[in-house]
Amino acid sequence: MKRTRRSLRLVLAALLGVLLLTACGRNMFDQPRVDAFDASPFFADGSGMRPIPEGTVSRERGALEPAYLTGMGPQGFLTELPIDLDVDVLLRGKERYDIYCAPCHNYNGDGRGMVVQRGFPQPVSFVDTQRLLDAPVGYYYNAITNGFGRMFSYASRVRPEDRWAISAYVKALQLSQNASVSDVPADVLSQLTQTEAAR
Amino acid sequence: MPNYFPPNSNSFVTWLAWGGGIFALLLIVGLPFYARMNNNRVGVPVEQPVDFQHNLHVTQVGLDCRYCHTTVETSNTASVPPTETCMTCHSQLRVDTPQLQAVVASWESGAPIAWNRVHDMPDYVFFNHSAHVNNGVGCSSCHGRVDQMAGMWKNEPMTMGWCLECHRAPEKFLRPASEVFNMAYSPLADPIAQETLGATLVEAYHIDTDKLIQCSTCHR
Ligand code: HEC
Ligand code: HEC
Ligand code: HEC
Ligand code: HEC
Ligand code: HEC
Ligand code: HEC
Repeated sequence: MKRTRRSLRLVLAALLGVLLLTACGRNMFDQPRVDAFDASPFFADGSGMRPIPEGTVSRERGALEPAYLTGMGPQGFLTELPIDLDVDVLLRGKERYDIYCAPCHNYNGDGRGMVVQRGFPQPVSFVDTQRLLDAPVGYYYNAITNGFGRMFSYASRVRPEDRWAISAYVKALQLSQNASVSDVPADVLSQLTQTEAAR
Repeated sequence: MPNYFPPNSNSFVTWLAWGGGIFALLLIVGLPFYARMNNNRVGVPVEQPVDFQHNLHVTQVGLDCRYCHTTVETSNTASVPPTETCMTCHSQLRVDTPQLQAVVASWESGAPIAWNRVHDMPDYVFFNHSAHVNNGVGCSSCHGRVDQMAGMWKNEPMTMGWCLECHRAPEKFLRPASEVFNMAYSPLADPIAQETLGATLVEAYHIDTDKLIQCSTCHR
């Protein structure tokens, strides 16, 4: 008799134990914290992500070098790149230019990008306007940072070092789009003509 | 020993066994189905306040994902673009169409557009976009052919089992860095070529395959 009762208790305990295995709702799914893009009733406007307070000083690279951050020195637009120029900078500049600028300024800089073909005002060509061919590299940095006329600023989307890379690339694009065969070094030229002949 | 149960209780036990069996079966079949239906809305377009179309902007206008999802290479979140990004073009383009009214209203009032989330990991899971995008996992491996989507939906179940399918064998899914943002590229297209390519890519990206399957990688 005692044994039956004991096994009954065991079975009951086991059943209760099984209940413990079930989950207790989804309170770990939405934990009481604000993630990126979450709404939050804590702030009056209901948005969990906060705008940067006015007067905030950036601590990223260049925070203490106004020329690096603005593209302007005491003599006006910088004429020299404030970063070391190498092929990686240009490749980075090309990648960023193709993402952020080519939709309007086009891949070759002539200002006939896809968005312009869909009705956006056409910007002046980078590659055959004398004024822009003469413009220093800081001019381009400044246009990206502050916008230009109907073009919005890209400061919130493109970081300062990438803005310099893009500016350098635009200068390179101006050279390459206006280059002639005589600008190509002789050894590279012979390679080119060989591949051309092999086609 | 006294009789606790009347004699016909034997048939009660049989019924209980049958009932329990059927109940368990229904549970096994029904629960996953219910869970899928409830949380997992794979392939179900999510209603949005603005009828934004990825296919138009990506395929026809030719925008790169990073034009709008600017932080995808540098941060945990890919970031959904602010109204300012839309207005870069729509301050001039199609300003008066009814489809863009909500965007213009948001720009004028300063109140963000309340996009509904399509993907939402539970808070107990850690996820990081930059770790994937910079290590050869393309957007389309997880989000599908976004360039062909008019609406936006979850293309994959995004369950733990799904994450682990790749974390256990990343070499099957990795691609060269130049193809990460290419929606048309698929590592699954050519399994034989992928076998050699995948192995070299695991080396090249220095992927620590042991770390990928540890619980604390995703639950921290
Ligand atoms: C949405 C289309 C669009 C995009 C994207 C865009 N621009 Fe522009 N940009 C314009 C337009 C339009 C103008 C002319 C504005 C005007 O005259 O009101 C312009 C003007 C400029 C100018 C000044 C040209 C001059 O006439 O002096 C520069 C420099 C420039 N853009 C650089 C860039 C760079 C660099 C990028 C990429 C980071 C970029 N733009 C991205 C549309 C665009
Ligand atoms: C013109 C800007 C723009 C471009 C370019 C763009 N997106 Fe989006 N994307 C958005 C907006 C706005 C949303 C939010 C609305 C929605 O979910 O449809 C979004 C949402 C998403 C979501 C779902 C987010 C969620 O709520 O979980 C994914 C995934 C996504 N985009 C992937 C991509 C990929 C991949 C590309 C490149 C092929 C891309 N996007 C290009 C603007 C853009
Ligand atoms: C390894 C899989 C994976 C890859 C690769 C991936 N995503 Fe995601 N994406 C996710 C997951 C998971 C979420 C949900 C994250 C969350 O809820 O915290 C997400 C969310 C998003 C969101 C919503 C906003 C956010 O960050 O939560 C956007 C937009 C997005 N992804 C765009 C992209 C783009 C663009 C790419 C390619 C550059 C990309 N994703 C690559 C898995 C991935
Ligand atoms: C780089 C430029 C660009 C950006 C940025 C952009 N769009 Fe567009 N959008 C276009 C173009 C080009 C069209 C097509 C216009 C046409 O049909 O000729 C378009 C069309 C649309 C349409 C359809 C309009 C209609 O009348 O059918 C909607 C809606 C729209 N965009 C919403 C958005 C939203 C929301 C954002 C911000 C997340 C955004 N766009 C960002 C260029 C852009
Ligand atoms: C298609 C393949 C693939 C899928 C799907 C995938 N991952 Fe990964 N994941 C990777 C690779 C590759 C890495 C890079 C490992 C490294 O850095 O060595 C990674 C790294 C990570 C890391 C480590 C990040 C860090 O800080 O080092 C986390 C966390 C992670 N993944 C979470 C997830 C989650 C959660 C999911 C499911 C929503 C997921 N992953 C889906 C391939 C994938
Ligand atoms: C690749 C990333 C990844 C790894 C590694 C991982 N998990 Fe998960 N885990 C997830 C994701 C994503 C979910 C959320 C699934 C969902 O929402 O359906 C999850 C959910 C869970 C849940 C909750 C299940 C539920 O239904 O509520 C538990 C428990 C869990 N994981 C335990 C573990 C344990 C234990 C390990 C180690 C053996 C582990 N996880 C390793 C990604 C991971």
